[in-house]
Order: sequence, then C-alpha cells, then structure tokens
Amino acid sequence: MSTTSFETTAPLVAAPARSRLPLHIVVFLAPALLIYSIFSIYPLVDTIRLSFYAGDQTGAQHFAGLDNFRMLLSDPTWSGQFWNALRNNLFFFGVHMVVQNGIGLGLAMLLSLPRLTGGSVYRTLIFLPTMLSVVIIGFVWQLMLNPLWGIAPSLLKAVGLGSFFGPWLGQESTALITISLISVWQFVGIPMMLIYAALINIPDDLLDAATVDGAGPFSVFWFVRLPLILPTLGVVSILTFVANFNAFDLIYAVKGALAGPNFSTDILGTFFYRTFFGYQLQVGSPTMGATVATAMLIVILIGVLIYLFGIQRRLQRHTF
Amino acid sequence: MSFLESKDFMKRAGRFLATASVAASALAFAHGASAQTLTVESWRNDDADVWNNQIIPAFNKKYPNIKVQFKADPPTEYNAALNARLAGGTAGDLITCRPFDASLDLFKKGHLVSVNDVKGMDNFSDVAKSAWSTDDGKTTFCMPMASVIHGFIYNKAIFDELKLTPPKTVAEFHAVLDKIKANGKYTPIAMGTADQWEAATMGFQNIGVNYWKGEEGRKALIEGKQKFTDAPYVQTFTELASWAPYMGDGFKSQKYPDTQNLFTLGRAAIYPAGSWDIPIFRKQADFEFDAFAPPAPNASGKCYISDHTDIALGINTKSKNVEAAKTFLSWIASSEFADIYANALPGFFPLTKEKVTVKDPVAAKFVGWRDTCESSIRNSYQILSRGTPNLENELWNVSAQVLNGTMKPEEAAKKAEDGLASWYEPHKK
Repeated sequence: MSTTSFETTAPLVAAPARSRLPLHIVVFLAPALLIYSIFSIYPLVDTIRLSFYAGDQTGAQHFAGLDNFRMLLSDPTWSGQFWNALRNNLFFFGVHMVVQNGIGLGLAMLLSLPRLTGGSVYRTLIFLPTMLSVVIIGFVWQLMLNPLWGIAPSLLKAVGLGSFFGPWLGQESTALITISLISVWQFVGIPMMLIYAALINIPDDLLDAATVDGAGPFSVFWFVRLPLILPTLGVVSILTFVANFNAFDLIYAVKGALAGPNFSTDILGTFFYRTFFGYQLQVGSPTMGATVATAMLIVILIGVLIYLFGIQRRLQRHTF
Repeated sequence: MSFLESKDFMKRAGRFLATASVAASALAFAHGASAQTLTVESWRNDDADVWNNQIIPAFNKKYPNIKVQFKADPPTEYNAALNARLAGGTAGDLITCRPFDASLDLFKKGHLVSVNDVKGMDNFSDVAKSAWSTDDGKTTFCMPMASVIHGFIYNKAIFDELKLTPPKTVAEFHAVLDKIKANGKYTPIAMGTADQWEAATMGFQNIGVNYWKGEEGRKALIEGKQKFTDAPYVQTFTELASWAPYMGDGFKSQKYPDTQNLFTLGRAAIYPAGSWDIPIFRKQADFEFDAFAPPAPNASGKCYISDHTDIALGINTKSKNVEAAKTFLSWIASSEFADIYANALPGFFPLTKEKVTVKDPVAAKFVGWRDTCESSIRNSYQILSRGTPNLENELWNVSAQVLNGTMKPEEAAKKAEDGLASWYEPHKK
C-alpha cells in the first residue's frame, strides 16, 4: 500500500527535521490533555457559562447576565441560605483545622517516638476509617448515636453520665459539630500520615545537636521539628480547605439534602445539590445550580490564592 | 526515528479507535432493536416485589409480547434522579408521577406525553385527574393510580392492656396520651423529626384538614382568601406542638425507619400514619393493630381526612415504545389492576370509579372514612409549591421546628406565610 512505501522512505527526510514541532511530546501529552479537557476543563467552563443563563417553564434557557449572582447574594430567600451554608462550611473547616489536624499532628508525634512498639499497627488502625465508604461511616455513627437503640446512651449511662446524652444529630445547636467530629474521626489518618512522613525525614543529628545544646523536648518540638514540617502543615491545610468546601457526602448520607434541623448542617455542597437537582417538591434549576457551583469555585479560589501568595511564598524549605 | 514510531503509533491508535467505535455503535444498535421492553421509573422501592411477582405477571398474561421492568429509586432521591435522567435522555418509558406541580413541570418541559386519548381514562373522576392535569383541566398527562389516606394506627394489645378506647376528639386523644405516659411502659406517640417530612405529612397535614375544613380551606389558601397566619393553621401548629412531650426520648434524631421499628417492636402505642405503612406493618408487627381517624377538634360538625392523590403513571416523550406504553396505561386503568393493587398493597387506594373491595381490615377502615368524612388533598401540593421558597419544603422545616420547640406555632405560621407571600401574588396583599 502507499502508506508502507512512504514509511520506508520517510527516515531520510524526517531525521534532520529537529526544529519542527516535537511530535512525540504532543502524542504523549495528548491523552492526558484530552481527558483533562473533556472531563475537567470543559465542564468547569460550561458551568460558568451556564451560571449566566436563566431557564423558564419550558426549560428553554436565555442569557441573563449577572442576574443569577445578584439573586444569590441579594434575594433574601437565596442569600439567607447561601450565607448560612458558607458560615456552616467555615465552621466545618475550622473544626477540621483545629481538631483533625491538631490530633493528626499529635498522633504523628507519638508514632515517631523512637521506642514505640506496634507503631505500624496503630498507624493502620487509625488510617482504616479513611478507606471506608462515607455511607458506612454515616450509618455506623447514626446507629451508635441513636437515642432509641444506640450504644452511646447506654455507654454513658453505664458510667453515670446518662443525663449528658442528647439526640446530638437532631438538635440545631449540636448537629453540625457532631457531623464535623464524625468527619474528623474518619479523616484524621490523612494529616497523621503526611505529618508522620515529614517527621521521620528530619535527620537525627539535628535533634541530637539541639539536645546537646540544652533544649528540652518542648523546645526541640517548637524550635526544630515544627519549622521543619511547616511546609507539610501548609499542604495539609490546603488539602483540608479544598476537601471541606467540596464536602457533601457525609451530610447527605446522615441528614439528607435538606440538611436539617432547620438547615443547621447545610454546607455549600448540600446547598448546591438542592438547588441543582431539586428536592421533593422543589424543582431543580440547572442555571441557579451552576451559579451556586461558580460561587463555590470562587470561594475555593480565594482560599487557595490566599494560601499561595500569603503563606506558601514565605515558607522556607529545608533540604538535607 | 521517534517521529516514525509516533506516526505508526497514531495510525494504530486510529485503527483501534475505529474498531472500538464500530463495536460501540453495533452494541447501541442491538440495544435499540430489543423493543417492546418498558421500563417503569418509580420512587416506590418498597413495592418492587409486588410489581415483579403480581402486577407484571398479571399484565403479561394478557399481553405476553410486552416486557415490563420495574426500576425504583429511594423516595427522597427520586425527583432529582429522574430529572437528571430525563434531561440526559436515559429515563425509562413509564414515569411514575408525583402529584401536581412536580409532574406538571415535567409536562411543560416536554418530558411527558398527553394521555387524554388512552383507553380507560374515563374511569376516573375529575378530582382524581386534577393532580395530573394542566391548570385549565384540558390535558391530562398521567394515568391516576392511587391515593393515600392519613390517620393514626394504634397497637391494640397496648390499648387493651391499658384499657383505652380509640379517641374521637382532640380532648379524648390527649386523655389517652396522658394515660399511656402515666403508665410509663410505652412511648405514647411514635414519631421523629430527624427526617422532617414526617412532622409535616403525618403531623401537620394529617390533623390539619379538620381545622381548615379540607378542600374549603385548601382552595381559600390558593385563592389568597386565607393565610397561614389565620386561626386554623396556627391551631394546627399548636396542636402539633403539644405532641412533643409524648414523643419519647431523642425524637429529634429519630428517623422514619426508627419510628416504624419503634412501633412494630411494640414499644409505642400510637403511630401517626400514612396508609402506605399498612403493608409494612402487616409484614413486621406480630401484634394486632387498628386505626382511628384524625381526632376532631370539637365533637360536633363534619370530619375531614387527608385523602391525597399520590401516585400516577405517565409516558416519557422520548420513549421508543409509546404504543406499548399506552397499552400498559390502559391496563392500569382497568378494574383488574385496581383490584390487584389495592390488595397487594393495602394502603394505596385506587382512584377508579369502579368498586374495588379492600380485603385488609385496617386498610378497609382507612378507605371507609371516605364515606363518613370529606376528603381533601395536601394543601401545599397544588400551585403553592411552584415558587422559591417552596411551600412543601417550608412546611417540613417549620413543622419539625415546632415539634423540636425551636419555633412557636405563631412563628411557624408566619414563616410559612412570609415565604408564600414573597412570590405568590394572591398572598402579597
């Protein structure tokens, strides 16, 4: 065939053509670029486009400019829910930063103790919940905290603290913190692993030198170890931030899309779901949903930018 | 050299892609060729057995050439999942229709076919069709299947043990509750607020019809002649709020399945019910249970029940088997189907004009109230849930809050009214 004859003669012509576009690079990049564009960049851009449109009864869409955003931020029925979701989301994030990453750091410190037996057993056990499905986590915790047949009320009663038990998942004042702590319990393994990896990377001579210079364990942690793992803590923070502002599954699994009671567990993810897909008699609106999604994107973008320009540039990296 | 190899690679990749796409289109064609299979989209995942073992076989006895598949989503996810599938063009042929606006919206968006011309349509009254007709009543887009009735189911063994009689008035109802509570062995009312909808549906709508006088109040609300801040609605919320002390520990995080279990395990005396609970209780409860109608606020006067047109079946516009689907719908309209449905799923009451005998005694009691009391539909379903905020979801929220004690009855009424007034013209004045 003609193509085969072309191939046999081709090398002589093709070999010196260095200055032309390096085709192999294009070929190797193409699959990733193609998949990334189709499944990530295109939906993102189209979501932003959709947020500038409005739909009517027949489902036809027309350009509406910034109307959707104006409605989201100024119409009381929308803005009330939006700010409430954002506030709850910030609280959700705050709990994760303080409790999850705090405990994660503590556990990593304990794991990196030089004379710890069974370290890998603890490590595996603590990391295990992270690998479980959110639905299972939600179900198990709901069962444990169930006021009718849960183990929590009987356990508390057994130690004489029965009066402290409440339907924590059902009270406006406690529902969000309870869900946050369930999520912390699930994901505490991730910061622990990352920080642990950073801690064991610190050379012993640095710690020995500090000890010889007269530093106690507290000073060693505060002045030697902590500065050396700061870049990792930064990464952990930004991972927590992005994960929390995209969170949805646990709250949906435990409280449903109405995020009750009285929207006290509503975060941006559940608010988006309700808006986009609708719920019970509330009819979903793809355009308004896209607006909420774009607002979420902006919130996450602002957070990431603050981190990139405000924090990451000041971090000093140490190589040994 | 690398250039040559990449060239060759591209060619192979191209060939591979071509093969793959041919294979894919062949598969798609094969799929399209297996016509005459109807897929039913539904939220009644509890009914899968009845459909697969009774309804579909009975249909196939008459029409062996049409295969029917029943596919159900969990109730709370149904609307979202269905809308997504309709938009993506992957929804089934037959769509189970929610009453009123949710389905009207589907019809307006062109997802549902008009079923005016389907044989058997004249077996249904205008009231039965109203939930699935356009506002002018001219076009019907779903074949009515069944309605559900609210009431209270009680544990007969507990009532016998404590020597109680089913209450007829609100005063008697509270006397019964007090006696059960004083005894201390059983939870008087099995209900939780964690899922929110129970508070609105089994609570507010269940007892409310007696206060706002059924259809009279429902229509006045739509016309704007009554507001949620009026006495009947505040009274309903007040009565609802008075249930809280009887609802047992931790009802705030008690979910619907918890509530059902609490009752079927014999730990609660009274269960504010929807008739759809009857088949589940028949399977799970090993004690005798019976029902009483929503207690009347005052002894004299008419009684009302919430007899809610709940479920219908429509045809997806994009279905490839519209004719087969119409055949199925006309069978749904027949008394044969009504008979199977009413007795396989006691608690779903056929809407057909023809006489259907319900064999389950408790279900028969529910449907018997139709003779003595006036029927009405839930007041948030027609027109009033079209805007944002949506009245039905608002009622879930405030009913649950009233029971949780985080909102006073007057505040709940005001919130529902304010939400409605923010978009619904007749309530703006």
